[in-house]
Amino acid sequence: MIEVRNLTKRYGDVTAIHDVTFDVNKGEILGFLGPNAAGKTTTMRVLTCFMPATAGTARVAGYDVFQQSLEVRRRVGYLPENAPLYMDMRVKPYLEFVAKIKGVDPRERDKRVRRVMGICAIEHVSDHIIGHLSKGYRQRVGLAQALVHDPPVLIFDEPTNGLDPKQIIEVRELIKSLAGDHTIILSSHILPEVSMTCQRVVIINKGTVVAMDTPANLNTKLKGSQTIILQVKGPVKDVLTALKAVDGVVEVKTKGSERDSVWRYDVESHPGQDIREHLAAKVVQNNWGLMELTTVGMSLEEIFLQLTTEEEGVQA
Amino acid sequence: MRGMIAIWQRELKAYFVSPIFYAVSTVFLVIMGLLFYFNVAGYLQYFMQAAQYPPMMERININEMILRPLFSAMSFVAVLILMPMLTMRLFAEEKKTGTIELILTSPVKDWQVIVGKFFAVLSLYAIMMALTLIYPLILTMYGQPDWAPIWLGYLGLLFMGAGVLTIGLFASSLTENQIVAAVICFGAALLLWLFDGTADLVSGRWRELFSYLSVLRHYENFSKGVLDSTDVLFYLSFICFGLFITVRSLESTRWRQ
Repeated sequence: MIEVRNLTKRYGDVTAIHDVTFDVNKGEILGFLGPNAAGKTTTMRVLTCFMPATAGTARVAGYDVFQQSLEVRRRVGYLPENAPLYMDMRVKPYLEFVAKIKGVDPRERDKRVRRVMGICAIEHVSDHIIGHLSKGYRQRVGLAQALVHDPPVLIFDEPTNGLDPKQIIEVRELIKSLAGDHTIILSSHILPEVSMTCQRVVIINKGTVVAMDTPANLNTKLKGSQTIILQVKGPVKDVLTALKAVDGVVEVKTKGSERDSVWRYDVESHPGQDIREHLAAKVVQNNWGLMELTTVGMSLEEIFLQLTTEEEGVQA
Repeated sequence: MRGMIAIWQRELKAYFVSPIFYAVSTVFLVIMGLLFYFNVAGYLQYFMQAAQYPPMMERININEMILRPLFSAMSFVAVLILMPMLTMRLFAEEKKTGTIELILTSPVKDWQVIVGKFFAVLSLYAIMMALTLIYPLILTMYGQPDWAPIWLGYLGLLFMGAGVLTIGLFASSLTENQIVAAVICFGAALLLWLFDGTADLVSGRWRELFSYLSVLRHYENFSKGVLDSTDVLFYLSFICFGLFITVRSLESTRWRQ
């Protein structure tokens, strides 16, 4: 549905994005993850035809964003970082205006406006002045604005930014409910948001794509080493040597005892190798008590930190 | 086309819900009312003197003595002062609040956005001009002013206003600061206005050039009641040029954003 190829955007000497390439499949929610100033907004602005790229191409719904800009714009709903609202307008006239400039058939207009007000749960504020609404409602009006012409592609730039926790959950639920019928790109610098709502994640940092996968795969792929936590009842020194001898173990550290003679060990293993049963067997063979054995999957948050602090670590 | 009409409508409504239109037109009408009163008072004084010295009677002419000075004051106030105030927000405000992202990502061509906004302010300006029709109407109640030069005067005002409007539109597309936009528009319009005086100071080809470029000189003909195709052509090309550079400016904003 969306094909981005070697997209580069420079402002004078500053390169905002460099050689960005990714695809989004139909009906998918793609998370666009990166710290501030990573190039998320720039990429989205190119995809929505707000501005042209310096180099590279992008196609949305089969149309080139530069050559067939109007066709693309008809098929994209866009919610910029700051919802583009006219503060002195009332909600319904505002949505009617957006429907008009988005080219909604005049006979369909009223129906569409009612429909999106229903989807975004803003019917009861339809004749309120937008400037008088709370931030959460404004954001919903912003979402309604992006949906009013029923576009197959939706692009949301930090849709939950600045909302309170309850509103964040509401907006996320709303976005999730839109998947399937719509292809969605969602940018965020909040990790749980992306792992909760998106099927695939593109991580971008300093203008380049550093990783792209499903949240689950990213988790596996990025485990530079896997950590297993063990609690073993037995003599510390013997346990340490025994554990180190297990095939695939990189390092073992003790974290002190929690109860009498029960010690906690952090075992680091090579990635992609499951050594839990070997560890368990070893402990049992020596007649020590195995109190606990768990793996610590690196959360997306850690991945993100790793990716954005030392980006040479992973090249997807 | 539908998009352009939608933009025109929204823009026009925005003026009516905001205080700008009311403030600007109140100030304008108060000033015009005062000037009208002064002109009428001056006319009456002249009339009294003429009653005692009949040769003066021959020069008496309502159009020349009341309406022409009024039109020239109106051209100054409306074009140089009101236009910057009315146009400053056109793009600057949208840039500031971010609604420009909605407009420029909608399936409406840049020139349609610009023309929509142009006609919104032009309609507003025409409404304000229509309000000043009260003055010639008052005169009609007591005398017989000639309506042909009055209509031409209004036509001239409309052309000159539309020309300066495109300067304001352009200025507003350059910045997100409304004050800066207003100052650029005012400065540029004043410069074109002053070409009239410059033309008197130089000679030969320069004189021709400056007097041709003076927005005021072309208006003078209208206010005298002369409809010259040169003047109409000048204003029309002025408007097209202004709209054209605004289209280019908006396009370059996209690249620089």
